[in-house]
Amino acid sequence: MTPPLIKPKPRNPVRALRRPTLPPPARSRAALRLTAAAAEGRFELQHCCDCGTVQYPPRSACVTCLSTHLEWRETDGVGELIADTVLHHSNELYYRERVPLRLGMVRLAAGPSLLAHVHGDCGSAPTPVRLRAHLDKSGQAVLMALPSQDTTNMADDPMLREMTSDPKFRKVLVTDGKSAVGQAIARAMIDAGAEIVWAGVAEPWKQAGGLDALAKLPQIEQVTLDVTDEKSVRDLAGVIGGKVDILINTAEFHRAHGVADRGTETAHAEMEMNYLGLLRLAQAFGPAMQARAAEGSVPATAWVNLLSIYALSALPSHGTFSASKAAAFALSQNLRAEMRHAGIRVVNVFPGPIDDEWNQLLPPPKLAPAALAGAIVKALREGVEDVYPGDVAQDIVRRFRESAKVLERELWDQ
Amino acid sequence: MSRASYDGVVIAAPVTIPYVRYSTRDAHWFLGRALAALVKRAGVKKDQLDGLCVSSFTLFPDTAVGLTQHFGLSPRWLDHIPMGGASGVVALRRAARAVQAGDADIVACIAGDTNHVDSFRANLANFSRFARDAVYPFGAGGPNASFALLTSYYMRQYGIAREDFGKLCVAQRDNARAFPLALLRKTLTLDDYLNARPIADPLRLFDCVMPCAGAEGFLVMAEERARRLDLPFARILGTIERHNAFPDDPIQIRGGWALDRDDLYAQAGVGARDIGFAQLYDDYPVINVMQLEDLGFCEKGAAADFVRRNSFTVGGTLPLNTSGGQLSVGQAGAAGGYLGLTEAVRQLTGQTLGASVENARHGLVSGFGMINYDRGLCSGAAVLGRA
Amino acid sequence: MRGAETLSELAGALAGGGVRVVDLSQTLSPRFPQIVLPPEFDQCAPFRMAEISRYDERGPAWYWNNLSFGEHTGTHFDAPIHWITGRDLPNNATDTLPAASFVAPACVIDCAAESARDADFLLTADHLRAWEGRHGKIPPRAWVLMRSDWSKRTDPVAYQNFDETGQHTPGPDARAVRFLVEERDVLGFGTETIGTDAGQAAHFRPPYPCHTVMHGAGRCGLQCLANLDLLPPTGSVVIAAPLKILRGSGSPVRALALVSE
Repeated sequence: MTPPLIKPKPRNPVRALRRPTLPPPARSRAALRLTAAAAEGRFELQHCCDCGTVQYPPRSACVTCLSTHLEWRETDGVGELIADTVLHHSNELYYRERVPLRLGMVRLAAGPSLLAHVHGDCGSAPTPVRLRAHLDKSGQAVLMALPSQDTTNMADDPMLREMTSDPKFRKVLVTDGKSAVGQAIARAMIDAGAEIVWAGVAEPWKQAGGLDALAKLPQIEQVTLDVTDEKSVRDLAGVIGGKVDILINTAEFHRAHGVADRGTETAHAEMEMNYLGLLRLAQAFGPAMQARAAEGSVPATAWVNLLSIYALSALPSHGTFSASKAAAFALSQNLRAEMRHAGIRVVNVFPGPIDDEWNQLLPPPKLAPAALAGAIVKALREGVEDVYPGDVAQDIVRRFRESAKVLERELWDQ
Repeated sequence: MSRASYDGVVIAAPVTIPYVRYSTRDAHWFLGRALAALVKRAGVKKDQLDGLCVSSFTLFPDTAVGLTQHFGLSPRWLDHIPMGGASGVVALRRAARAVQAGDADIVACIAGDTNHVDSFRANLANFSRFARDAVYPFGAGGPNASFALLTSYYMRQYGIAREDFGKLCVAQRDNARAFPLALLRKTLTLDDYLNARPIADPLRLFDCVMPCAGAEGFLVMAEERARRLDLPFARILGTIERHNAFPDDPIQIRGGWALDRDDLYAQAGVGARDIGFAQLYDDYPVINVMQLEDLGFCEKGAAADFVRRNSFTVGGTLPLNTSGGQLSVGQAGAAGGYLGLTEAVRQLTGQTLGASVENARHGLVSGFGMINYDRGLCSGAAVLGRA
Repeated sequence: MRGAETLSELAGALAGGGVRVVDLSQTLSPRFPQIVLPPEFDQCAPFRMAEISRYDERGPAWYWNNLSFGEHTGTHFDAPIHWITGRDLPNNATDTLPAASFVAPACVIDCAAESARDADFLLTADHLRAWEGRHGKIPPRAWVLMRSDWSKRTDPVAYQNFDETGQHTPGPDARAVRFLVEERDVLGFGTETIGTDAGQAAHFRPPYPCHTVMHGAGRCGLQCLANLDLLPPTGSVVIAAPLKILRGSGSPVRALALVSE
């Protein structure tokens, strides 16, 4: 029975801060497809297109018929734990700090045998299990065997917690806590058990609906934060940067503007907030978060960027906005490469049009702020790093992967 | 097509470069010393070695090729065997056919590795593609986790107990006490074995070999050549080799020997009951047990009973790993695959460094290794006979 | 009382003749040359203008621009905090310098002929003493402005005057700067070129002596001045007030001189 996670005691300031260590990150090119699927919460294995063999570890040619037509497909994780062990010793620094560790061999119903982490609530072998792929602290896929049915406090298993970013007991910064989306996310974090949610507000003198009600919640702390102002970002980081466990960047400037319109100032404002704002936040908050990524049982764990599905392929009517989100997307990949040294998960969220004033003229379906917030909480709990919430986002990413050029043409008519 | 015999080809000049736990020397140093010892032992000139076979885990970036220039050899037959614990048997097979075909006169087979303080961890990172993708990321710390799983499965499947494994380990330690080159010679009791520090359940400290630095070697040549050199030798009666046997077994419960042992004994003209001693590849006790079954000493699943009914010291009913095996002597990397062969030749030529098995006419040497992912892929065995 | 009279007379002279206002500033435009540092350092922003609206759908009845520029763009003022030697001095930034620093008499040293002959001409203490021999001692808390007629180089390439060995523009040498600070207690030093230091000053000892010594002593700088040829050697009053930027190291200024007709 997994014991429930208890609220951590404050860190003893006299003791050295535990530095982040990482599990082995090296993978072959073929194996990185496992990571690519786990990044979106899927468990995929290679299926041979010619003979159907499901195989693992990842190969370059089919183990049965030598075909090189191996396709990665979502695979059922149903299997049997046929042998298990508890590791008491590891030569790997990361694991040395985390023994004793359960490992096991799972024979999938689909065929292959896979070495996996074993959740504490799984019985001893032989026992039925579910296999899932998760991104570990190095950002690479590993397998975990879970009990066939969910158990109480299942999410609190220590190894599973290493690979997820549950908001429970965490301190969260929502960079724009005033917008409808920011308020919805702040509420959702509190409902998910966050201890503090700092709600950033850029212009405190400008009133927004709902903020007063939100401010009444005991976990909320309103802070001044203007991501277009380097001093504002640095000042806030100086005060709370050493405490933020999850940073959710919701600060966004959004207009329906493009090359057919006049002037560069709208585009400039979008870039200043959506792209350079991210850069300022990363520079000011990144180092402290990384330093605390291995502290105690509830360390700093995730950085969430609210991007847009149109970062992948621009919506012409919102062309400059799309460009600023594309710039932020590229920068977030830079951020992810940096944060991997500390094991902080950078989560990119690519919603379609949100149901707010700037998307008024776009037809439904549009994503309600509460639904977006729910998707973010889910992604944090599941340890997923690329999120496409809502029907439009799912549709567009599918089209983008089939043919980016065809999608470009289809967006002409939006 | 039946396999050709090994008549007329023999194995001689077993050498061991003493093992040390850690060394600042490189693999080249140990291998060079093994080669020098072979030359001296055989009483030949270095350039009379016209065949060379090498096994090592720590020779990178060199292979056998680099060693020809490094050691000043110009062989007309060269091989590099990266098969871990099966390297010795496989080297013997390759060298013997080369000599038989006239492709080489005297083949030096050497295996050796260094062991630096951080060797173990450094070697793990690049052991194999599958290990890097599917084992190492789980902190599995080398083969311990895979063999823990295998041992746990085996125990459950076949009702063999830790006490049975312990009996084998204790016997091997007894054998090691007389072997001057063994690194672990302190008495091991069953209690010590059962209560040792846990490594990966159910494996504890004395289930695991101690990595060290060292080298082993032997020569393969025509029988007349050995006589002319006045070199004691042992006959090669039969050999087998198999890789990736039983790939559909969900977890490894048997090795390639189970497929090929009838062929081995047919070649050798003897059966398991005629074997006077067995040098089995003992990286973990469960593999000893697997070999006992797969090489026909007992039925599959009957090892527990077999172990309980027999004794495995040099003076026992089935002398096992008569110098102590890797579990007591130490594992000098790839030299672990040669240790059984050199000890077997010493036993059969009456030139043991430690205790001798009386009247042994036939010895079995078995090799196993290369945990590519979840199972040892290489297996091999040889039956040697007294001259 | 005397002050009130003086100001009243000044107002009258400005309106009716007697005192002329001379504009000492270059026009701030994207085309004006910008100081360029070696590429491994971060650069001062060039002057850029972006229309917000021009009586159009972006703003029907108005025209206005957003500007971006660095503190040291165009005709500009350097405060002591700009240099490392002045970093810890009290009241060393554009918002803390006393306002009295922004209105001061000016001594104009004519080096136009020498600068025309030699782009790397250095103003020395001997030059200054010779000038004093003709025009009297430099008074305390005055601007000393080095006229080189460099502002007449309207071609940006000629104004920057770079070659493979760097920039070649006239300026003061280290002894001249020390003389002005230690023996004449000046307010600051001003030039028509892109820096108060000569173009090759990186190689001097100390490097950039005007910045190093002037700012280290809490004095100021003026650069990219124009029309110094319209000023008398003594007697003009220069008004050069930087924008009151929080902890500013400098700012573009509208530098003016009050000159007797």
